[in-house]
Amino acid sequence: METLIAEDIKCHHCGDTCPDTSIHLEADKFFCCEGCKTVYEILSENGMCSYYDLSKNPGITLKGKNFGSKYAYLSNQEIAQSLLNYASENLNKITFYIPTIHCSSCIWLLENLYKLRKGISVSRVNFMKKELAISFNPTILSLQKVVELLATLGYAPEISLEEYTNKTQEKTSYSIFLKMGIVGFCTGNIMLLSFPEYFGLDDVMESGHKQYFTWLNVVLSLPVFFYGASGYFISAWQSLREKVINLDVPISIGITALFGRSLYETLSGVGPGYWDSLAGLIFFLLIGKWLQNKTYENLSFERKYTSYFPLAATILKNGQEESIPVSQLKTGDTLIIRNRELIPADSLLVSTTAQIDYSFVTGEAEPVEKKASDYIYAGGRQVGTNIELTVQKPVSQSYLTQLWNNEAFAKEKTTPVTKLAANFARYFTYITLSIAILAAIFWFFVDKSLMWNAFTAVLIVACPCALSLSMPFTMENTMRIFGKNGVYVKNPGVIQHLATIRHMVFDKTGTLTQNKEAGVSFVGNPLTAEEKQAIPSLTAHSTHPLSRKISKYLSENTALEPSIFQEKTGKGIEGVINGQIIRLGSASFVPIPEKDKAVGVSRVYVAVNGVYKGYFQFDVRYRQGLQQVLEKLKSTYKLSLLSGDHPVDVPLLQPLFGNSNLHFEQSPSDKLRYIAQLQAKGEKVLMAGDGLNDAGALKQSDVGLVLTEDVHAFFPACDVLMDAKQFSRLPDFIRFSQTSVNIVKVSFLLSLVYNFIGISLAVSGSLSPVFAAIFMPLSSMSVVGFAVGVSSLYARFRKL
Amino acid sequence: MSVILVLVTLSMIVAGSFLGAFIWAMKSGQYEDTYSPSVRMLFEDKKEESSHKQV
Repeated sequence: METLIAEDIKCHHCGDTCPDTSIHLEADKFFCCEGCKTVYEILSENGMCSYYDLSKNPGITLKGKNFGSKYAYLSNQEIAQSLLNYASENLNKITFYIPTIHCSSCIWLLENLYKLRKGISVSRVNFMKKELAISFNPTILSLQKVVELLATLGYAPEISLEEYTNKTQEKTSYSIFLKMGIVGFCTGNIMLLSFPEYFGLDDVMESGHKQYFTWLNVVLSLPVFFYGASGYFISAWQSLREKVINLDVPISIGITALFGRSLYETLSGVGPGYWDSLAGLIFFLLIGKWLQNKTYENLSFERKYTSYFPLAATILKNGQEESIPVSQLKTGDTLIIRNRELIPADSLLVSTTAQIDYSFVTGEAEPVEKKASDYIYAGGRQVGTNIELTVQKPVSQSYLTQLWNNEAFAKEKTTPVTKLAANFARYFTYITLSIAILAAIFWFFVDKSLMWNAFTAVLIVACPCALSLSMPFTMENTMRIFGKNGVYVKNPGVIQHLATIRHMVFDKTGTLTQNKEAGVSFVGNPLTAEEKQAIPSLTAHSTHPLSRKISKYLSENTALEPSIFQEKTGKGIEGVINGQIIRLGSASFVPIPEKDKAVGVSRVYVAVNGVYKGYFQFDVRYRQGLQQVLEKLKSTYKLSLLSGDHPVDVPLLQPLFGNSNLHFEQSPSDKLRYIAQLQAKGEKVLMAGDGLNDAGALKQSDVGLVLTEDVHAFFPACDVLMDAKQFSRLPDFIRFSQTSVNIVKVSFLLSLVYNFIGISLAVSGSLSPVFAAIFMPLSSMSVVGFAVGVSSLYARFRKL
Repeated sequence: MSVILVLVTLSMIVAGSFLGAFIWAMKSGQYEDTYSPSVRMLFEDKKEESSHKQV
């Protein structure tokens, strides 16, 4: 019942589905974001037209929020300078990444910032990238104030260490689109101007027209050849300099032959040339290249710890708090970590207790309790009051972050079929070149006038255009079908890796288990209706994750107000409601009978008026259909489990993975090493994980797969991002990738058949422009059509 | 028939100017964000002086 309510909440202003019920006005008006709420407030207080008159209502939006010193680090000059795009005496420009931007109200509010605060001159939203570019006057408004203003409005920007260390922002490259536009324009016109040629209208046309058309074609072909095809020439040249031959070499030879032959024919007046074939060929090749480099721009697959580590840390220096960039943290510094802040470096706890939430690192939702002088690894978050720590290792040398120093992070993964294509290209080039030379030698002795014709004709026809197109088109189509099913791959090359996988390695927590939906059950004397109301009213006051789960389990029934409430960190909560004293918490906090004591499971015990009632048990819930999926995979692949946890659920997991492949208590580096060991044995490994502790293994593996419940949430660097709901279909996806690779191979063969037919005609020395104009695009398009058609059909057949 | 030469030349110039427009649009970043301009054009940018209290 409770899920029904949660799913049906629509934003009162824009109608989007609300992520939760946290933003609301009165009792029944819920909003999807602060922007919508603000707009609605202005609207309802001042009537319709004031929607656009924000400056009259500044009080509404700027209800003071106190951020304390949360953003104090922005007043550090060094940090501020590193973040700004442009800085002068009275103009600063900065671009923020604001993940909460999602609707038109957001754009409206953020672009009207200049009305809210003096000093801001322009603010512009890039909706696709969820970025906000702000220009402001630093003499009126400091950077800290700008960020605090944004945070007040509910649009806290994400400022991470990454922006600090790596300021070179990559701009989207549009050169491929420019090329496609220009080449497309030229191709269309060349084809139109070649129409008289196609239809043999020579008699109707006056001779001057024909020449005019041909020369127009030459002019239009110049940008096609010199600009559109330049990428191929450069790539071919580079590969030749490295003494390898890639597929771009025969393509470049073919294009150059086509251009040279056409130019010769046009200049000497022998014929009209093959300008249309040339332009069409290059246009198709560019489309192929565009598809080949297609990626999901809005999903970032390249993430290091720096993309979620904070930029600055607060340290205690001579009794004073001071913000410094985390990269300057030194051993021995005293760190101050506030509620929900991340611990950036391995440290020793100075405060008496701390609750550290490692969910980012391990996927484990329950915070871990630490005591004074405990060693705390970087990557955890403190839950609760401020704590003090002594830094033991600088950030880059910490337990988690040193993983990124491993050489696995320095090298790029190579695509296996590129290797195959490279081998193929070498033989292909040698063979076509020798056929062309043999044909030329043959005609040299038989009929000298046909020598050059035959030589160039072979080179033109043998241009492996169809071959180079079949791969990007098939892979892009596969990628698209995957995307439709909630599986996002980093680039088309990943599909080829996926097809070669022999060994699968799984992380346990968060990958095989579900993070959010740990099952809650109550064991003991049944709770009375009154208690069912009192307990959630009490837990609603606590931020502890287990309290949240109990609240949810008991339908968020928070009508009652406790007269007394207190939370004992690391123990539990206690409160008085309707005269009843209710205690919830650990075994040391609630007196419990011996039989209910348990190790290795998380329980919250309940006592009412000092009488023990029972306990809430939180079970780890495995993903739906886990057993069937693993059984299915087991028949084809080797499976392993790498868990950072203590050995649990061995009886369940052992039959699935086998005894020797179950590994518990693995550190992030252990996981990486395990994958490397498998690879050293020659195995192709897929690693499925979810947290930063899997980052090394994900990087080292041939395919790193991340399961996530929300594709826009944080995930470590990987090759494949998979919607957790699709987990049960993992075998289908792998099978599909194998099919795709096979389709590519078949279409390679098909294009070879075309080449064979073309070459056997070309060696005879007769290659009419019309034949070339029809044959070459037709061969390319039929190969592409075959590849895309078959893969789409297969997908439909497999219900993907 | 020679009118066709004039027509072809003219059509090339017209088509070429559209190509120019495309290149300009591409370079000036109009394809970078295809959503917010559609919303932005609906925002009113009147100054504070005007009164909006009629409704």
